[in-house]
Amino acid sequence: MESTIIKSRNFNASFGTNHVVKNVNIDIPRNHIIAVMGPSGCGKTTYLRCINRMHELIPGATSNGEMKLNDEDVYQMHPIFVRLKIGMVFQRPNPFPNLSIYDNVIAGYKLNGVKLPKAERDEIVERSLTKVALWKEVKDSLNKKGSFLSGGQQQRLCIARTVAMEPEVILFDEPTSALDPISTSTVEELFHELKANYTLIIVTHNMQQAARVSDKTAFFFLGELVEYDETKTMFTNPKDQRTQNYITGRFS
Amino acid sequence: MDGKNIKFRLGKSYGFQGLVYVLAFACVIPLLAILYFIIKAGVTKINWHLLVNIPKPVNEVGGGIANALVGSIIIILVASVIAIPIGIMAGIYLSENRKSRLAYWCRLSTDILQGVPSIVVGIVAYFWLVRPWDLGPIHHKGGFSALSGSVALAIMMLPIIVRSTEETLKLLPDSLKEAALALGMPFHRVIFKVIVPVGISGILSGVMLSVARITGETAPLLFTAFGNPYLSVNIGKPMHSLPLLIFNYATSPYNDWHDLAWSASLILLIWVLFLNIFTKVITRKWKVQL
Repeated sequence: MESTIIKSRNFNASFGTNHVVKNVNIDIPRNHIIAVMGPSGCGKTTYLRCINRMHELIPGATSNGEMKLNDEDVYQMHPIFVRLKIGMVFQRPNPFPNLSIYDNVIAGYKLNGVKLPKAERDEIVERSLTKVALWKEVKDSLNKKGSFLSGGQQQRLCIARTVAMEPEVILFDEPTSALDPISTSTVEELFHELKANYTLIIVTHNMQQAARVSDKTAFFFLGELVEYDETKTMFTNPKDQRTQNYITGRFS
Repeated sequence: MDGKNIKFRLGKSYGFQGLVYVLAFACVIPLLAILYFIIKAGVTKINWHLLVNIPKPVNEVGGGIANALVGSIIIILVASVIAIPIGIMAGIYLSENRKSRLAYWCRLSTDILQGVPSIVVGIVAYFWLVRPWDLGPIHHKGGFSALSGSVALAIMMLPIIVRSTEETLKLLPDSLKEAALALGMPFHRVIFKVIVPVGISGILSGVMLSVARITGETAPLLFTAFGNPYLSVNIGKPMHSLPLLIFNYATSPYNDWHDLAWSASLILLIWVLFLNIFTKVITRKWKVQL
């Protein structure tokens, strides 16, 4: 039996009076890849940002309901602590432009003021970069600036930065929408490697991507969670008419 | 439309273009004129002697401006120590809290402060920091001190630093801050380890410009730092500075004092030019490519 890592009940989120996420109930199993798809403005990104409490950083943003990580209420924990356990990768690669590749990977420790012996730092950097299949490409240029890399490499660097913190869950907010097709497929392959150690939640507006990479898929429409099921079932035999319409391309 | 008409219109067009060129050139003339006169009058008088000696009494040959040079440096350093931390912190606050009520008032105040005439700033410093220390007729110096002058100058530096910091940090993408927050960094670390280092070139250029701006301020120093014919490094006592020296010597009836005023002007000018060039260099060199 698979254990649930993220559990939300009656979860709502708003920007001011604009109610964007409505009554979402979802159970996310550990070490799975969950794709969250839906048309633009359906609240999928907002929901994702609620999981690690990035949503509340926007002025006027509010949320209520239950969001649990390992049976502990995320909204009772300190946000800093939440974000250490639930990492996030953004739509556009955002390495720290003032730091070298090495320092970017170790940024979560370095910038948080955690002092580690050099051997341990080296090990974390190598392990993290290896996990994202970037080590071979950058091992000779670790002292160069992160912005020196290509877009796809930068995105993998950002994933390495998140992985280095050893979170339990990694949230991806349309991680490949700013990348070219080759970089996209590299990142997608990565997801399968990462699954062994982490739970991945991936927001995407690309249905093919959801079908390719995920174990389970959630379909959001107008702020509601319409359907949440095994990806295979979802794409072959959707229960809800709206899911079917979306999958068959009747609206997007 | 006949040929004559076209010629007339073309003529007007060329005339206007010419006018624009001429007026653009006219903007360069004042600086060239200032440079020409000051260099002509001051350059022959500048020597080592001038930089290391203090002024001699009237009718004695020689003398230098060391007291004013040292005084200016100290007053500006103290002003920077006061204004830079406050200015940068306020700038950070404004860029982080764009819509709060305090931000509105803070922004409005710095804007207005920027337009307050320097003599008025001087008067305020006089009433705050000079008059209360005036211990009566025994102490004839009044309460004048270099520190009060520094405070007056710091008030003039503030708006420039605050607004340049705010503008610089506002231009940084939100994704940068989100990246830091998503790694579980607390707010102060996000600011000091990520936001400020990335925006450092803009912040520093604001600081340098504010220093360049106050270097030549005379009015706020007249009744705060007051001036001092001797070399003093005590910020609790009156102190000389280059602008004050220029003001006093240029209006004096003695020729060799006029010469000193010219040389001091040249040094002041070189200082400000150097600061401006230095600002350009660091802005380019320390700019973090986003």
